[in-house]
This record gives sequence, structure tokens and C-alpha cells, in this order.
Amino acid sequence: MSPNDTNRETMTLFSPQLAARLDGLVQKYPVLRSALIPMLLYAQDEVGYLSDAVIAEVAARIGITELDVRNVATYYSMLRFKPAGKYNIQVCTNISCMLRGAYDVYERFQEELGIGHKGITADGLFSLEEVECIGACCWAPAIQVNYEFHDELAPGGVRGLLDGYRGRAKAEGKAADA
Amino acid sequence: MPRLVSHPDEVKIVSSRFGMGATNIDRYIELGGYASAKKCLQQGPDWIIDEMKASNLRGRGGAGFPTGMKWSFVPKQSAKPKYVLVNGDESEPGTCKDHLIFLHDPHAVIEGTIIAGLAIGARLGFIYLRGEYRYLIEIMEKAVADAYARGYLGKNIFASETEFQVVTQTGAGAYEVGEESALMESLEGKRGVPRIKPPFPAVVGLYGGPTVINNAETIATVPHVIQMGGAAFAAVGSARNGGTRLFSVSGHVERPGVYELPMGYNLKKIVYDVAGGVRGGRKLKAVVPGGSSTPVLLPAEIEELGMDFDQVGKAGSMLGSAGVVVLDDQTCIVEFALRTISFYQHESCGWCIPCREGTDWLKKSLTRFHAGFGEAKDIDNIQYLAENMLGRTFCPLGDAAAMPTLAFVKKFRKEFEDHLNGKPCPFAKHVELAVI
Repeated sequence: MSPNDTNRETMTLFSPQLAARLDGLVQKYPVLRSALIPMLLYAQDEVGYLSDAVIAEVAARIGITELDVRNVATYYSMLRFKPAGKYNIQVCTNISCMLRGAYDVYERFQEELGIGHKGITADGLFSLEEVECIGACCWAPAIQVNYEFHDELAPGGVRGLLDGYRGRAKAEGKAADA
Repeated sequence: MPRLVSHPDEVKIVSSRFGMGATNIDRYIELGGYASAKKCLQQGPDWIIDEMKASNLRGRGGAGFPTGMKWSFVPKQSAKPKYVLVNGDESEPGTCKDHLIFLHDPHAVIEGTIIAGLAIGARLGFIYLRGEYRYLIEIMEKAVADAYARGYLGKNIFASETEFQVVTQTGAGAYEVGEESALMESLEGKRGVPRIKPPFPAVVGLYGGPTVINNAETIATVPHVIQMGGAAFAAVGSARNGGTRLFSVSGHVERPGVYELPMGYNLKKIVYDVAGGVRGGRKLKAVVPGGSSTPVLLPAEIEELGMDFDQVGKAGSMLGSAGVVVLDDQTCIVEFALRTISFYQHESCGWCIPCREGTDWLKKSLTRFHAGFGEAKDIDNIQYLAENMLGRTFCPLGDAAAMPTLAFVKKFRKEFEDHLNGKPCPFAKHVELAVI
């Protein structure tokens, strides 16, 4: 299959926006395979994880085997093969954050959500991960929710932060219903 | 938005446009932007490399290799295309300087990439950011699009006959990819495992072509070197260490933040003066001077220590990525060592056995030790394991794990001994009581 083919399956697997973005990636590099990692990440952003269908589709777009795709994908810690919550909470506990109370923050998230490392709440709204350094050492303790950074988060701020995301999900749900 | 800090001793060169709205291309130009690239286009590669050599600019990623010399190693004639690769995979714990560069001054990265390309005769440059920096990738991509729209990038840059293109790239979570050969593997769409050297990237690099790989801070510094002149930039720093450095100061200090200080600036002053001293008036226990891979220093060792590559090296540690992590007297060194090695165990790519197995056993030993199940022989065993990792791997990750571990054991042996025989850790709240 040529990289620019958009067959029926693709149409349902990816939104038109994502499909267009992946088509753009194909043009971007001197060697097509350089598009592999961004393709996987952007597809995951939309689909939620690297499902078998996503891997097959990306393999076809790059022109390599599914095994090749899995071989690469398993190396990178941000790529996952199971769904995460709508909001994936990543708590850095590396040294700079640890020194400023990251484990207290992480524990508070566990208490509030009733889940542990790589856990997901029953409603699918939140998942939780303890992660390595996210490059916010001077604003510790820091976390990321999906791609959003939250700096200098105290345990006391955890509940409010979660409520903010709950509100956002509710607003999105209402907008979708309307 | 990350907090910006300021101190009177700062010499703001690389950070001079932070907080000035320079993500906007017009504002960047108003603040002197793209003048250096235009000048370099007129002056040519030999002049650029001479200025870079005169500047004594050394690689900000951690190794401290002279930038001008690195560029001069790229062959003038090459059958394969040459490339510039900007390393924005910033992942060394304790380091968050590139974060601010991408956030506040993305065009400086583009301009530095153009200049590097002109110096080595490349027509394509890549700017690779770690995947976690998605919002910064978006800022970079907008800046690249704006530079194309102005004709600063493309087939005829600044209306000349010279072509230079820039492509941004995202990672997807891997510390190891910050190592230059693993970075190239990742950019080629592969697992980020290191390549053996030689050949060095300047000869056989990305897609097999000669490649210059520079840290994002190094690249963002380049336009300033050209603007000031190499000699003037060198004069700001200390001997053989040109210019300034962005120090990420974190941990137990009153005012953590990224401070731009001249190379050679005293470490004690960074802790007590610039960053406001140890938090809550506590006593200083130790300082990690250059990111988590650099051996820890005791308070007595920072008294007279100038922060440049040579002086920190002489003191038995490394300037590294200039991530200064400050530990107060309530910190458990065993726990800190365990958290450090856990990181390297997690990030070891597994390619080289001494690193893969060494980090794993060190983590197991330290976990057991910290939980109060250690034995006296474990202390020597930890040292033995770490010593046997040194210099035995393709890339420096093995060393990065072993060196700090050795320093923790050597400099805080008594504290390790205090953890022996089931004694509870005298400091930590978070003792994992799992027995391995």
C-alpha cells in the first residue's frame, strides 16, 4: 500500500484531522521511517493507546512489519498498549521533585483516586503513573496531566486539581450532547 | 507557566530574551534576532568556525566538548548529505534549562541551527525535543513556520542562493535518547540504543551522513557568540570556558530556578546567595553539581569551587548539564542514592550488559539496604558493582549510574553503616519494606 492511500479502515480508525497529520509526516523527512515515532504518539493521543489496529495501520503507512513497529514502540515509555484514563496523571518523583515532597503528592493522588501506579479509575476518567524526570526540576514538585504541566503542587492542591479536570470532562460531555 | 527568577549577579545572554515575548518573530527581530545568521551567511564557514573556536563555547549537554572544534571535524566534501541535529531531549534529572529556551526563545534555537548548518555546509537541520515537551514542540513548530514564511528558512534563505531547511521531531519518553548516537537511532525511527564509536557522528552520523549534534542550549548560545564576537564571549567566562551557563538550581533551596551565571561562578555562592540558601534555615548536607549523574559534593568541597568544566572536574565531579541539586541535613543519602539508581535502572536501554545488570543489582542492593535488611558486605559489594560498570559500556549511561553511586558510598559510608542490621532509616518516611 502506498503511504498516501486512505482506505476505509483508516477512515474509521483515525479522524480526518489525524489522517491528514500523518500524511503530512510522511512528507516531512528524508527517510520515511523517521515518521514512525511521531506517528505512533499522535495516533495514541487520539485513540488512547496503541491498539492492534493502530499498529497495523502505522506499519502499513511506514512500509514496515507490525513486528518492527512493536519492537520500536516497546522501547519508549510514553507509548502504551492498554488504554489510560481520559486524564493520565504523571507524577514525577525523581530527585528534585522527591526533595520537595513528590512522594506526598503521589500518595495523595493514590488516596484520592483509589488507584496505584498505572491504575485507572472505574469511570475511566483518571489514570495514575509515577514517572521519571519531566524537566520541571526548578518548579518541583511537578506533574503532568496528559501534556499539561502543573508546577509546585502541594498535597493540599491535589483535590482541587482533580475537581478541575472533572469539571472539564463534564463541560465537554455537555458540549458533545448539545 | 514556569516561574522566572532573577539575581543581580546574573549575566543574561542566553536568557536575555526570556519573558520578552520573543516567541513572536517580529519581537525577536526587534531584539536583534536573525542578524547573526545574516552576518554568518555573508562571512562564510571558516569565519564562523574561527569565531566559535575563539569563543571557548563548550557543549552544554554535559560533556563540554569545544563547539568550534566539533564543527571543524565535519569534512568539507561529502558524498552524503550533512546534517545538524539539535538535542532537546533534556532528561537529566535536575536539569530544566532547555525547557525555558524553547518556551521563551524558540527562534534562537532556529537561528543557531542555521548558523551551524552554514558552518558545516548542511542544508537540513533537525530539532529533536523530548515527547513530554509537547507544548514546547508546538511553540517550536510555530516558530519554524514563521521563519519559513519570512524566507529565513527554505530554498533561498535571506534571499540568498543558500538552502537551509529545519524539521522538528518529537521523542516518546527515553532518557537514553539524549545520548548522541541513540538520538540519531531514535530520529531514524528505531529503538534508542547507542552506536559504537568510532566512527564519530561528524564522519558517519544521521542516515550515514556527517552530522553535528549540539545541545539546545549550545545552539541557542551560538547567535549570541556571533553577535558579541567570539573573544568578547570568551571573556565573560573563565579560562577555556567561554561565556555563561544556565544553572538549574533545585532541591532544598529558598529560591529554586534557572539562573544564568558566568562560567566559573562559585558554587557556594550559587547555593547561599543566588538561590537564597538552604530552605528553612537548615544545614547543608551535600550538593549534586551538574545533574543526577555527577558525583555528589560535600559542603567543604563547594567552598572555593568555580563552576566550569575544568574546576569541577578537578574536584572529582563534573559540571555536566549544570543541574545543581541541593540536599539539606534531613535528607537520607541512602534513599537519595536509591532514587538516583532507580532512575538509571529504569532508563538503561539494556544494550550493554554491565549497565543493564549493574543498574538492576545496584537498585536491588540499595532497596534492601534502605529497608533495613542490608549486611555489612553489601556496602563493599555496591562499590564493587559500580566500579565494574565504569568504562565498560557503549554509551556513558553506565558511568552516569556508577559514578554518583560510588561518591554516595565513599562520602557517606557512615550513613550507609547506620542503616545496617534492621535499624530503621533515621530520616526517611517512605521506607519500602519489600524484601527482595
